[in-house]
Amino acid sequence: MAEKKPATTVVVTSGKGGVGKTTSTAAIGAALAMEGQRVVVVDFDIGLRNLDLMLGAERRVVYDLINVIQGTANLSQALIRDKKLHGLHLLAASQTRDKNALTEKGVAMIMGELRSRFDWVICDSPAGIERGAVMAMKHADAAIIIANPEISSVRDSDRIIGLLDAKTERGKRGQEMEKHLLITRYDTARTKTGEMLGIDDIADILSIPVLGVVPESNKVLNASNLGTPITMADRDSPPARAYGAAAKRLCGQDIPLEIPAGRKPFFANWFGGRAA
Amino acid sequence: MRIPEFLNICRFFGESRSAPVARERLQLLLAHERASAGRSELIGRMRDDIVAVIARHAGIDKRDVRVKINRRNRVFTLKIDMDVPA
Repeated sequence: MAEKKPATTVVVTSGKGGVGKTTSTAAIGAALAMEGQRVVVVDFDIGLRNLDLMLGAERRVVYDLINVIQGTANLSQALIRDKKLHGLHLLAASQTRDKNALTEKGVAMIMGELRSRFDWVICDSPAGIERGAVMAMKHADAAIIIANPEISSVRDSDRIIGLLDAKTERGKRGQEMEKHLLITRYDTARTKTGEMLGIDDIADILSIPVLGVVPESNKVLNASNLGTPITMADRDSPPARAYGAAAKRLCGQDIPLEIPAGRKPFFANWFGGRAA
Repeated sequence: MRIPEFLNICRFFGESRSAPVARERLQLLLAHERASAGRSELIGRMRDDIVAVIARHAGIDKRDVRVKINRRNRVFTLKIDMDVPA
């Protein structure tokens, strides 16, 4: 155990809700585990947990993060190992307590222990900029900022980027926090017509490097319905390939960014009448 | 007529380029919000540039560079502390 290199701790965050933090945490966690890495995904959304659903583990949660902080369970009891992907583990959030149960000391203790056991600790942040979100980022070495090509999402991402320097242990020591932009729900067709902010627009405005671009796809909803991360459920689908490439870039591999191809032709959109 | 339909027709005539407007609004807004949050772009860029210059001459790990920024009255002080291998 002493020889193991400590894990890289990554926070998946966005400020805004509903942009795909939990889906992305599950997808990237699974992709890293498929690369042979030992991964734990930690749900920091106390009171509103959902990462268990994305992994199809909702009926296996007995103990959670708060139980470990309060000493009613130990970490080994609370860690849930994925049934299909043995390198992937879940530490669920509590559904019954409130976010004040996340004590600084407790979180520091758990993060320290997880670091010694895994290669990757991936923290799924709740939306907002309050305690839960701050605790999720506090011990991170790197951050994945999830943004949609949408004005409010980009603004909130900017806000979160500011917090990453101000509120984390790394930031307080004056050290650099690696920040990665992951754009989700990207619609190439609508970007081409000038209706939607493009990748370069978002990356320029936020001035952080792009980790990946995940296209808008109904396969993502399908995977969450099934309780299997998209990277496992439908591994050749465009969103799964985008997440897989993002995971490889996170590991330091140099993979050129692939811009998703347009979803459907111009007129299909016109007559389909479906707002994405 | 619903708004999405209206936009689609505008797009047909090449008039629906609202993304540049979004971009402009964001740039203005964020410049203002960053300044009021005390997070100056300038300081961050200076830090990155200084680290890059030193990294060019000495093998330093970027992560082990500690930068402290202090603001007193209207003056920023930038303190950079790093381990440079002998």
